[in-house]
Amino acid sequence: MSVPLLSALIFFPIIGGFSLLIVKREDVQAIKTMALIISLMEFVLSIPLFFMFDKTTYLMQFTEHHSWIPAFHINYSLGVDGISVLFILLSTLVTILAILVSWEAIQTKVLEFFLSILFLEGVMIGVFCATDIFLFYIFWEVMLIPMFLIIGIWGGPNRIYATIKFFLYTLVGSLLMLVGIIALYMKGGHTFDVIELAKHSYSIKFQMWLFWAFFAAFAVKVPMWPVHTWLPDAHTEAPAAGSVILAAILIKMGAYGFLRFSMPILPQATQAMMGPMIVLSLIGIIYGAIICLAQTDLKRLIAYSSVSHMGFITLGIYSMNTQSIEGGILQMINHGVVTGALFLCIGMVYERTHTRAIKDYGGLASTMPIFGSFFLLFTMAAIGLPATNGFIGEFLVLLGSFIHKPWTAFFAATGLILGAWYMLWLYQRIFFNPINKKVVGLPELTTREVLTLVPMVGLVFWIGLYPDAMLSFMHVSVEHLISQVQGSMDAAQHVAAVISH
Amino acid sequence: MINTALVSWKAFGPIIPEMFLVCIGLFLIGLDVFSPKRRELLPWLTVIGCLAALVMVAGEKNIVGFGGMIIADSYASFFKIICLLGVILAALMSEHFRRTEGLKQGEYYSLMIFSAVGMLLMASAGDLMVLYLGLELMALSIYCLVGLPRNDGRSAEAAMKYLLMGGFASAILLYGISLVYGLTGTTDIAQIAKYTVTGNLLENPALLAGLGLMIAAFCFKVAIAPFHFWTPDVYEGAPTAITAFMSVGPKAAGFAVFGRVLFTGFPQFHDQWGILLSSLALLTMAIGNITALSQTSIKRMLAYSAVAHAGYSLLGVLSGTAEGLSATMTYLLTYGFMNMGAFAILVLLASPGNRRESLEDYKGLAKTNPMAAFLMLIFMFSLTGIPPTAGFIGKFYLLKAALGAGYTMTVIGLVVFSSISAFFYLRVVRYMYMSDPQENIALDFTPGISAVLGIALLGVLGIGLLPGSVIGQAATALLGQ
Repeated sequence: MSVPLLSALIFFPIIGGFSLLIVKREDVQAIKTMALIISLMEFVLSIPLFFMFDKTTYLMQFTEHHSWIPAFHINYSLGVDGISVLFILLSTLVTILAILVSWEAIQTKVLEFFLSILFLEGVMIGVFCATDIFLFYIFWEVMLIPMFLIIGIWGGPNRIYATIKFFLYTLVGSLLMLVGIIALYMKGGHTFDVIELAKHSYSIKFQMWLFWAFFAAFAVKVPMWPVHTWLPDAHTEAPAAGSVILAAILIKMGAYGFLRFSMPILPQATQAMMGPMIVLSLIGIIYGAIICLAQTDLKRLIAYSSVSHMGFITLGIYSMNTQSIEGGILQMINHGVVTGALFLCIGMVYERTHTRAIKDYGGLASTMPIFGSFFLLFTMAAIGLPATNGFIGEFLVLLGSFIHKPWTAFFAATGLILGAWYMLWLYQRIFFNPINKKVVGLPELTTREVLTLVPMVGLVFWIGLYPDAMLSFMHVSVEHLISQVQGSMDAAQHVAAVISH
Repeated sequence: MINTALVSWKAFGPIIPEMFLVCIGLFLIGLDVFSPKRRELLPWLTVIGCLAALVMVAGEKNIVGFGGMIIADSYASFFKIICLLGVILAALMSEHFRRTEGLKQGEYYSLMIFSAVGMLLMASAGDLMVLYLGLELMALSIYCLVGLPRNDGRSAEAAMKYLLMGGFASAILLYGISLVYGLTGTTDIAQIAKYTVTGNLLENPALLAGLGLMIAAFCFKVAIAPFHFWTPDVYEGAPTAITAFMSVGPKAAGFAVFGRVLFTGFPQFHDQWGILLSSLALLTMAIGNITALSQTSIKRMLAYSAVAHAGYSLLGVLSGTAEGLSATMTYLLTYGFMNMGAFAILVLLASPGNRRESLEDYKGLAKTNPMAAFLMLIFMFSLTGIPPTAGFIGKFYLLKAALGAGYTMTVIGLVVFSSISAFFYLRVVRYMYMSDPQENIALDFTPGISAVLGIALLGVLGIGLLPGSVIGQAATALLGQ
């Protein structure tokens, strides 16, 4: 591949974002239009990834490789495989929607807002492309800056608290991971290349230390119970676009980190920690769902439902078989689509009512019927109704976890039931019930808003009815990942058996 | 009678930059006295003079002179470059600063240059006596600079405090030197290492005491806890441009002698000073970062942050490896850029009669002056150590070096405390971007301050994105060691 497609995808929105500075600050319309055009061009630029991706190999594709800091053997290496490719496409799509939903919602510092969003887009793509763990870390940390600003400047009333909490939580986790990365560099033959690092074998003790160092960063990001507490605050206070990007892309990076780094590099520790990770996931699923039932704030409820859904994803990943991992990855995309869409919806209605309290709603189905249909659809997808994408993902995870340990599937299924309960109850309170006077006469969705939601509807049914469109990307990479983890385990057992004889 | 045949001009090779700077300093005094109307030229002449010295220093190639008393190696030249950069940036800043503060004295710039001469001597000191002379020359000039605004009570107090405490530290240093000299019979740093082995002094408690006293004095100079108490008061009281200068130049020079004395003079004692310094580093990071949390004056906050960063920088020295030392060198350079940038914003915001040193003054700056706020944002993120800024690269290198040397707990300490530091650096960002402005500050981007901001930004992002060459320089600088 001679065209540096991935670099282009990373730097086009960043440069595009800074090029907004040439527009006059007061010309808000021009800034918005330009940002939208940049994000659309970026999406078009990312389409070749979908069609030119070779599904028959687990090797990195579209690779780029340049020496960056020779003294530390740090390289600027990019590449995608079946695990990461879909997230790049999701990022480019979601950014467009995030820009659309901010069209009217953002009134102050408009230039800075769209600059932050576009900058964030480039950096997020960088996280999914980097195959040098140092480069990955750079992108991972840089992401904090625009997100900190997006929540802190354009967020809700309690935004300062939320953004500082978000920043500190992630920073502590990331820095511990940095120490782990450096330790890995020293033991792993002085390289930061992910593929090379995975080829080394490390002592089990060292692997355990590293596992927890990586856990600190990834579990906070996912977020897994009990380090999830930043998420409800950040989600609730962020502007709609911030919540959408947070839900759709940012928190997926934690799970991606487990898949890309923890599992292949630390196979034995992964095997050893499967049990605790599954237990934490199950607690997350059930705890998140129960908390949802007690929420009075619309956004907070969806935020806690994210904790529950992310539990499904980590459960899938750590059940360690083809079905569960593929289900986990697919569920990452599904959750991005569905929860992203729900946050889009909430952003739209919040723009009209300026309240997030559930008790301020009621009877919305009669004042905004089109909106009600969209919300219903996404609610169904979140519950996992057959024919929607949520069903496929949850089914695969449950199947995989049942194969691994039947009792885990039992607890996970409890989460599903609770999920149906809180989502349907939420729908009832907002859209049915007697009409609340605060929602009387609300205007129906505009064309722009409908256009924002339609792509998500498309994805819900596309994945729901033809999941292989997405799953076919993963098969080979997931098989390879499992063989990496299990292979080393077999070897270790073999060695142990030889020694004991 | 001096035998002219013995005095070869070549002997002065190692101190040509210092001699040149002395001439510039004297010339500036002369210009100030005899042609007071040309005072506007002083900052620019300072900059030009230091740039010329910078070029000379950069060209130095491992010359040893005066019987080993002066070592102008690439290690020294790296530190000299940091010090001279500090002077250049401070002089440019002063060009703006003096307008708002009404500092009229012409000796301001010459004092700055003389202190730079002191730092340069410290960096290339191969002998404890030269080290002491350089240190005193630097310190005396800075005492004067701190107290230059005579009518300002705070400055006078700061100068007095600094003088007394500094004098105390010098005395401790001399005491340490005399103990070491008494036992080894030499003040030549390289010879000390030899005599400690041949003279069976490795277990000698008096020598350890001498080393301890010297370390205490150096810790005072670079503001390592528990010898940091002067820092907040002096930093707050000194004119802001001088505070910026002090946070970069003297600190770099202090670390230069730290490295030279410990690595060349006492390498056999690494077991002792490694542990000592690692506990001091932890204490420093804790005190600096935690105290900074509760500050309401941004200048005082940056003073505590300077303490904290001294603690970070110590991580490279205490690891006792060449990699560690070059990590410290890299860190000091990056710290120079980011801290100078932050102080330049402070200077920029001050107007006659209103220094705007309170954190509250930064409220809503993004609205009234988006450019200044954006620059401050970058410097604050760099001080926190977030990529893609230089601050991250510097911290990464330190972590790597200290971890490589086995100081895992100290590394974890750095990680924890730098997460805490995020809280107060981000408070500035928060005030600038997430609060409403209280007053409309009209900023005056004069050429001097714009140049400082430009250079600092270039340094912070340049090292952040393309650190290869700087790290390479720092690493090769040590090959001669």
